[in-house]
Amino acid sequence: MSDNRILETLAGQGISRRAFLKYCATLASLMALPPSAGKAFAEALAKAPRPSVIWLPFQECTGCTESITRSHSPSIEGMIFDMISLDYQETLMAAAGHQAEAALHEAMERNMGKYILIVDGSVPLGLDGAYSCIAGRSNLEMLKEVAQGAAAIVAMGSCAAYGGLPKANPNPTGAVAVSDVIKDKPIVNIPGCPPIPAVITGVLAHYLTFGSLPELDHLGRPKSFYGETIHDRCYRRPFYDQGKFAKTFDDEGARKGWCLFELGCKGPVTYNACASVKWNGGTSWPVESGHGCLGCSEPDFWDAGSFYKALSMPANPLKLAAGAAVAGAVAGIAISVSNKARKGAAKTGHETTTLADLEKHHE
Amino acid sequence: MNELQFLTWVRGTGLDIAVAIFLLGVIWRLVEIYSLGRKKDLAAPRHTPGASGWHTIVRRSVPPPGMFKQSPVTYVGGYVFHIGLALIVFFFAPHIKLIEGLLGISWPGLPSQIIDLVTVVTLAAMVVVLVDRIKKPVKRFLSTFEDWFTWAVTFLPVLTGWLAVQHLLLPYTTMLALHILSVEVLLVVLPFTKLFHAFTVFGSRWYNGAVNGHKGVPV
Repeated sequence: MSDNRILETLAGQGISRRAFLKYCATLASLMALPPSAGKAFAEALAKAPRPSVIWLPFQECTGCTESITRSHSPSIEGMIFDMISLDYQETLMAAAGHQAEAALHEAMERNMGKYILIVDGSVPLGLDGAYSCIAGRSNLEMLKEVAQGAAAIVAMGSCAAYGGLPKANPNPTGAVAVSDVIKDKPIVNIPGCPPIPAVITGVLAHYLTFGSLPELDHLGRPKSFYGETIHDRCYRRPFYDQGKFAKTFDDEGARKGWCLFELGCKGPVTYNACASVKWNGGTSWPVESGHGCLGCSEPDFWDAGSFYKALSMPANPLKLAAGAAVAGAVAGIAISVSNKARKGAAKTGHETTTLADLEKHHE
Repeated sequence: MNELQFLTWVRGTGLDIAVAIFLLGVIWRLVEIYSLGRKKDLAAPRHTPGASGWHTIVRRSVPPPGMFKQSPVTYVGGYVFHIGLALIVFFFAPHIKLIEGLLGISWPGLPSQIIDLVTVVTLAAMVVVLVDRIKKPVKRFLSTFEDWFTWAVTFLPVLTGWLAVQHLLLPYTTMLALHILSVEVLLVVLPFTKLFHAFTVFGSRWYNGAVNGHKGVPV
């Protein structure tokens, strides 16, 4: 299977060379690569053997898989499934039980050191990893084993990239990100809850074409997709600058499509491509549908205060203020009482000096 | 700690601590100052003391004759940055939102482009008054550590806020967190430094005016 050339496979499925070139050009522009990269994509992808991909699901909700499959039939991104040999994906594979495990080990042995490992979900460390097991083995054990033979690891979704929802306070399972466990392999984080389908296809195409991962930022995210904030690219940005805000989800401002900052939009601190790439084949995206950005592609977004509180508002209610005000008043009153006492003492202790006293000293 | 955690901390725990110290300090000092009291002046007032107090509040906001020519930078720079600070603090939409979140009151803001312009002018005015303080020998001689320190803690929130909005130097999230942190430093030191004049300036002017008016020398 994995020796098939991508273009041959596509041709067999009735996808024309023209459609393929268009896809490559779109991908290149999406990743802010020069136009020549589209050609490079096309040439490399056409010749590339379909690499083996192993997809491990850990503490996750399958939302990432849902996201990728949503892009499958209506959009050309679905082609990526024909460009890779997806050898193990629990949700999508027909095999189950021992058969599935056998497929995993076969793929690992056959492509040792060459396969791409995609992980979605966080890795629980609590109770020796017992919180999440597959085939009687903990996620931690499985990740370490499969990562050994991987050429590169893609941490799909916020859980794999940063720990995500399972890691939210108080993190009962001791969930961590893939990068907290694996230190010796190139890891690319594709955060989002779920991530945008085009981002993973873009990263895979980049890897197939150039043999390396795209340029990453300090959080391990591809700069081409996570280089700018939602706020910077938001079509509602002019309303922010004009100070026009929706105050509730059904007021006049909301109907006129004004800025959702006051309704808790986390766009200003969220680095992702939703505002430009959009969702569901470019149909819409959260802010366009009238809801503020949750910041789902940022680390620990679950614990960054309420989704519906403006960024400039306190993340939590102030607990110390009332007590501090009382303490301040008490301190002020105590000092003023002490000042009054000193004044009184000075007054009673005051001795009148007479002329005779002065003369006495003089002598 | 990543930048979002840093931001969440300054928006949460950090803000809680800073507001608490601010309230504690302000209430403490106000109670202490106003409870000091003075001995009653038994002499008959030579001038309406209350009115003289109000007069002094206004008079001291205007340069005395000849003073404007002598140090125009102090007056122009001082006025520009004080008005600028007030506009930025009270009329930038996210700041109003913060006040609404804390106190439940709000009012319309100014467009962010205008706030941006005001911020640049304010920063420039603050730099000018600092340079003036360094260059004028008398001012420099009179300056203590507290003067340089309070200038810095006032300047930094404006600078970091502007850098955050303009997306300069650091990613927005980090710069916004630094901005809020710098405001928290300002809140913590305000009650215990000369910055407390924000609360006492008009009270002390009124007091001086009233005392002098009582004695027959309205100033």
